Amino acid sequence: MIPLDIEAVRGDFPILQKPLPKGLPLVYLDSGASAQKPQCVIDKEREVYENYYANAYRGVYRFGAIVDEELEGAREKVRQFIRAEHSDEIVFTSGCTMSLNLVASGWGKRNLKAGDEILINEMEHHANFVPWQQLAAQTGATCRFLPLTDDGRLEMARIGEVLSDKTKIVAVTGMSNMLGTLNPIDELAKKAHDAGAVIVVDGAQSVPHEHTDVVASGIDFLAFSGHKLYGPSGVGVLYGKRELLEQTAPILFGGHMIDRVYKDHSTWASSPAKFEAGTIQIAQAIALGAAIDYMGTLGMDKVQEHERNVLEYAYNRLQEIPGMRIYGPGVEHRGAITSFTIDGAHPEDLAQLLDRKGVFVRHGHHCTMPLHDLLGVSATVRASFGVYNSRDDVDALMDAIQFACQRLRLT
Amino acid sequence: MQDLTIEELYEEFEDLPDWDERCDYLIDLGFSLPELPAESKTEENRVHGCQSNVWLVADIKKSNPPTVEFLANSDAVIVNGLIAVIAALYSRKTPQEIISINAEEAFKKLGLERHLSPQRRNGLYSMVQRVRELAVQAEAQS
Ligand SMILES: Cc1ncc(COP(=O)(O)O)c(C=O)c1O
Repeated sequence: MIPLDIEAVRGDFPILQKPLPKGLPLVYLDSGASAQKPQCVIDKEREVYENYYANAYRGVYRFGAIVDEELEGAREKVRQFIRAEHSDEIVFTSGCTMSLNLVASGWGKRNLKAGDEILINEMEHHANFVPWQQLAAQTGATCRFLPLTDDGRLEMARIGEVLSDKTKIVAVTGMSNMLGTLNPIDELAKKAHDAGAVIVVDGAQSVPHEHTDVVASGIDFLAFSGHKLYGPSGVGVLYGKRELLEQTAPILFGGHMIDRVYKDHSTWASSPAKFEAGTIQIAQAIALGAAIDYMGTLGMDKVQEHERNVLEYAYNRLQEIPGMRIYGPGVEHRGAITSFTIDGAHPEDLAQLLDRKGVFVRHGHHCTMPLHDLLGVSATVRASFGVYNSRDDVDALMDAIQFACQRLRLT
Repeated sequence: MQDLTIEELYEEFEDLPDWDERCDYLIDLGFSLPELPAESKTEENRVHGCQSNVWLVADIKKSNPPTVEFLANSDAVIVNGLIAVIAALYSRKTPQEIISINAEEAFKKLGLERHLSPQRRNGLYSMVQRVRELAVQAEAQS
């Protein structure tokens, strides 16, 4: 396989061409929070506004027709990207959070009752944690926790203790946004189905970095955000198997989602319209299609290989730093994320000092408070990598950490 | 540093035109901030709205009129530097004086407004809010 042409990739992202004040190059290591946008995505969103903008699914006039066609084209691109069978299984939402809430409220409330169980675990992002907690509180169901191993993986050997015929939902992240752990989705899906449960996968982190094949993996629901996939903010996707979406109630009511409205009741359109009430994220959803095209041009195999390479380099180099603790498993079980602490340095100070060297990282609990509780730390620093990051960025991170440690009087 | 006044801080900052230098200076201030005794680091004394932990207590000096000494600590050094700024602004003042101080103006003058993220600014104003509340309490007790 020809490796990714990293210089060409970097050239596609206008934000990386602009030095920071004092001529510092930008070292963006927060793609796990949100990815930068290639020119083609920016251009596509502009194109919509400049050339044919109109509301969607409303007008027969020319622009209306172009918008509808573009939107359906984007939906089809999403379908192919995650290898779904039907485009009506692809719902545009405002993001991963809304997608997961839609499953919890729309499917969960209908299908769960007191005594049922939801299987989650402590590495989940709050977006794939709190909705289940709420669903449990509202239905009388119970959240069970699949234990984690010491190195931050799901302890699959103990799944029998927490998965049973009472389990109705297994909710799991494809890749942890804090530990970077890649979870065995295919195996989990099989076990969930054997127990008669559905599997809901939070793909916010995994979809931008790994091949996704919902059918081959046996995924029932998949949620992800456009903005972490080099697409616009404000748009996300919920994939659901056709028959499951049929059982899912809408959670937003209004225009476009109805079949017929009477004075005393209404009936719903079929999916995806049923879940896309009101005016959706028109330009954003169309530009998400461009982001997916872009990833297709790069090739997910190459992206994966490149990121793995950068991750491995980062993982090894970071360990040169005295007092360094990297959370989570070894590189063979993780995607392009490293969260760490340095003894004697507060993550907030570290992040702020790294910024002075143009190195952008995130600090805090990364919306994984239960995980931080489990690890016994209140905050960590996270460096996450995207297609445009290279070993040079890792070197810049190392230099910046050395600078920060010196300022914090650790060396 | 205990005796640092806000006027001295303005002068220091004027001599440090570059934000990076000011940040280094804040770190120095942070490192020399007196330690709050461990028993003061309670939930009750914790200031909410800061990303890092901040504990703040007021010590009322029974002079006439009474003055208030603020002691605060964070687990982050740069925040400790900001605490030193707040101490310079408010310490050894009477409750009346404290309530009339315009913190926003002082932070603007120090260039803090421009260089702190909204989250950090919120944290800073949470501390200011707490200082003012403690001053009001001290006033009521006197
Ligand atoms: C694993 C994971 N799940 C869910 C989300 C929520 O995504 P969004 O904020 O785009 O809805 C994130 C984003 O940080 C994430 O990392």
